[in-house]
Amino acid sequence: MEAFGLLLHGFAVLLTWKTLALMMVGLVLGIFVGVLPGLGGPNGVAILLPLTFTMDPTSAIVMLSCIYWGALFGGAITSILFNIPGEAWSVATTFDGYPMAQQGRAAEALTAAFTSSFIGSLVAVLLITFLAPLISSFALKFGPPEFFAVYLLTFCSFVGLGREAKHKTVISMSLGLLLAGIGMDTVSGQLRMTFGSGELLRGINFLVAVIGLFGISEILLTMEERLALRGHAAAISLRVVLSVWKELPRYWVTLLRSSVIGCWLGITPGGAIAASFMGYNLAKRFAKEPESFGKGRIEGVFAPETAAHASGTSALLPMLALGIPGSGTAAILLGGLMVWGLNPGPLLFVEHKDFVWGLIASMYLGNVVGLVLVLSTVPIFASILRVPFAAVAPMIVVSCAIGAYAIQNAMFDIWLMLLFGVVGYVFKKIGIPLAPLTLALVLGSRAEDAFRLSMIGAGGDIKVFWSNYLVGSITTLAIVLLFWPLIDKAFARLRELGRPAKRAG
Amino acid sequence: MRKIVQVAALLAAMLTATPGHAGWEPTKPVEIVVAAGAGGASDQMARMMQAAIQKNNLMKQPMVVSLKGGASGAEALMYMKASEGDPNKILIAYSLIYMLPLSAKIPFDWHDLTPVAVIALDQFALWDNVQGPKTVKEFIDAAKEATFPFKMGGTGSKREDHVLTVFVEQKTGAKFSYLPYKSGGEAATQLVGGHIESNVNNPSENLEVWRAGQVRPLCVFDKERISYTAKVTATQSWHDIPTCKEEGLDVQYLMLRAIFLPGKVTPEQKAFYVDLFSKVVQTPEYKDYMEKQALKPIFLTGKDMLQFLEDDDALNKSLMTQAGFVAK
Repeated sequence: MEAFGLLLHGFAVLLTWKTLALMMVGLVLGIFVGVLPGLGGPNGVAILLPLTFTMDPTSAIVMLSCIYWGALFGGAITSILFNIPGEAWSVATTFDGYPMAQQGRAAEALTAAFTSSFIGSLVAVLLITFLAPLISSFALKFGPPEFFAVYLLTFCSFVGLGREAKHKTVISMSLGLLLAGIGMDTVSGQLRMTFGSGELLRGINFLVAVIGLFGISEILLTMEERLALRGHAAAISLRVVLSVWKELPRYWVTLLRSSVIGCWLGITPGGAIAASFMGYNLAKRFAKEPESFGKGRIEGVFAPETAAHASGTSALLPMLALGIPGSGTAAILLGGLMVWGLNPGPLLFVEHKDFVWGLIASMYLGNVVGLVLVLSTVPIFASILRVPFAAVAPMIVVSCAIGAYAIQNAMFDIWLMLLFGVVGYVFKKIGIPLAPLTLALVLGSRAEDAFRLSMIGAGGDIKVFWSNYLVGSITTLAIVLLFWPLIDKAFARLRELGRPAKRAG
Repeated sequence: MRKIVQVAALLAAMLTATPGHAGWEPTKPVEIVVAAGAGGASDQMARMMQAAIQKNNLMKQPMVVSLKGGASGAEALMYMKASEGDPNKILIAYSLIYMLPLSAKIPFDWHDLTPVAVIALDQFALWDNVQGPKTVKEFIDAAKEATFPFKMGGTGSKREDHVLTVFVEQKTGAKFSYLPYKSGGEAATQLVGGHIESNVNNPSENLEVWRAGQVRPLCVFDKERISYTAKVTATQSWHDIPTCKEEGLDVQYLMLRAIFLPGKVTPEQKAFYVDLFSKVVQTPEYKDYMEKQALKPIFLTGKDMLQFLEDDDALNKSLMTQAGFVAK
């Protein structure tokens, strides 16, 4: 157990008052940036990075990773209370978290979100601790066809397992794919659909779209329905926390499934978003009463949060072991490491043991301290719901606008956000789901690049997606999921046919 | 009470408006604009400069790094162009300032910006997987004999890496399928994983996988070898890598790393930054960075820089035209 000894050594490095104080500061700052929509993990870490230049590498990275934890926890708060996902992977959390808040179970939903984030991250950290060398060699197996297969799997599972009418999911997804095509095309080096506009060069930023589609449209709907964010006195106490925890063991299958999905997808870049959606969809698929999802079911919070955080955490592994950042925040951390002269790569684990194990130990500590901190502050966040809607709404709109602007410092993005707000409102009215659009907007261009690179590499031969066991099984699984409703029906009919036969026999 | 306020206001006004104040200085945080994504070579350089300036107290105002890598870096160029007259923004430029306007017809011309200094030249090398051929000759022969064309990875399309690939093809007659990735880091791991046969990464992009013994540098695309002789791997230094010309592949390319201000800034403002960067290149942080990333030292300002840019521009234009990458 060499890893275990090294980990203990890591804890020894960390357990000083100075480091613990830095952790608390980092966590509080992180929660703050996490609560503002748009100003999530990557931006928060980027803004605070220069603060750490004068520190020694270990303290600096401890503080940064705590900011990261804080932002992860904080992102769930806005998703649940206001239906505004703070991060891309919080989108799936809104599906059931927000209805729960509307039913006055905000405290319960928040506790569920924080607890499942904790569990997901813990599983991922355990994985990092014991499987680091093994996993980095697995990640190397991913070439363009494998990447495309994973994206295909995400898209197909959405169509096949989604609750909504299939044609509406496809319409929404296609629109997202179309929007994802705007801007520079990496493969040909040409501009597409920019119509000579300098603002469209950058393409449509995913977060801007999400803030508009979910946040602004929600405000519009609430205004129309005069529903107001009705805040029942969210009397959260140790009792609520404990009652949620008591229910936890009942959902162990969901938690385990989501953790596995999250860890697996986290190791392939861009996985956290796909992981949260997949975790949610699969939980719904295997539930006894799938109709109750989307109406405020606590399992609907557990599933995506666990998967997203397992994946967000395991994304640090390819960053440390290979130097490929698995997420935006990991990319900024990567930049930070370089400033301190630590070059992530296969040799980091060999040459800078102190640092690597200090970081891993800080993940354990940060996670535990973070959970305690957010749980003890839930009443403060939940009390926001008691403020009258007329007072909260303008504040939300302003914070959405700041968030949208801050992503790229562009005024144009605020207009875009408002436009997406209207689109989101109309879509909600006519019953077209928003999630497939956002998913396509995030993964669309990556999927396209991966597909075209595979085609260039294979000379246009589609068989490349079945060229080895790894890619072949992912692709096949994707196609099975796409036609799952048909397969499901066929099976049901077979069973019906089989029953009388059995009786006869 | 009111009088005191008035006097204070008057004093303050006099202080800020005093003419003949020695030179111009930034009045708000200075933004370093990076025309690439997080973690890339330009981003690393920006973070290094941010740290070097802060640690050595070279400037009163803080520096912030702003990543504008959208549209393969075109976002940063358009942003600088639109910031005319703003002396609190500087761009870390590289060869995209010549190539992007040609290949993607971006309405940009580097003459619209104010050149401050050329601070480094970046090298390119031909790399293959350690399990692949050991010399340039063997590599080219293998590429010619392969039934499926060898896959060459690189950053972006119709840019430095792509141009180099076309020239290697033209000089040797071997055919490659060029795979444009989003970053050099991605091209590096794909080479390690065996998804491509080779890449033409900058030294810094392949440094770690080289040290881990996963890839092999075949040759450097420069007239002379890299000057750094300290051992990087167990047995080799940067200097031990032969030039491509030595190996019978006569292709050369170096990429500039330069600092630009937006257009229409005053001479005093430009002078401040020229002075600042002449100090930055003297800091230990900068020197350390240059060696680690195997960058070629150079420092040009004023007329020399302008001459360099014009020559470099003409060279890039002719390379792009020969490669057939200029959009019609």
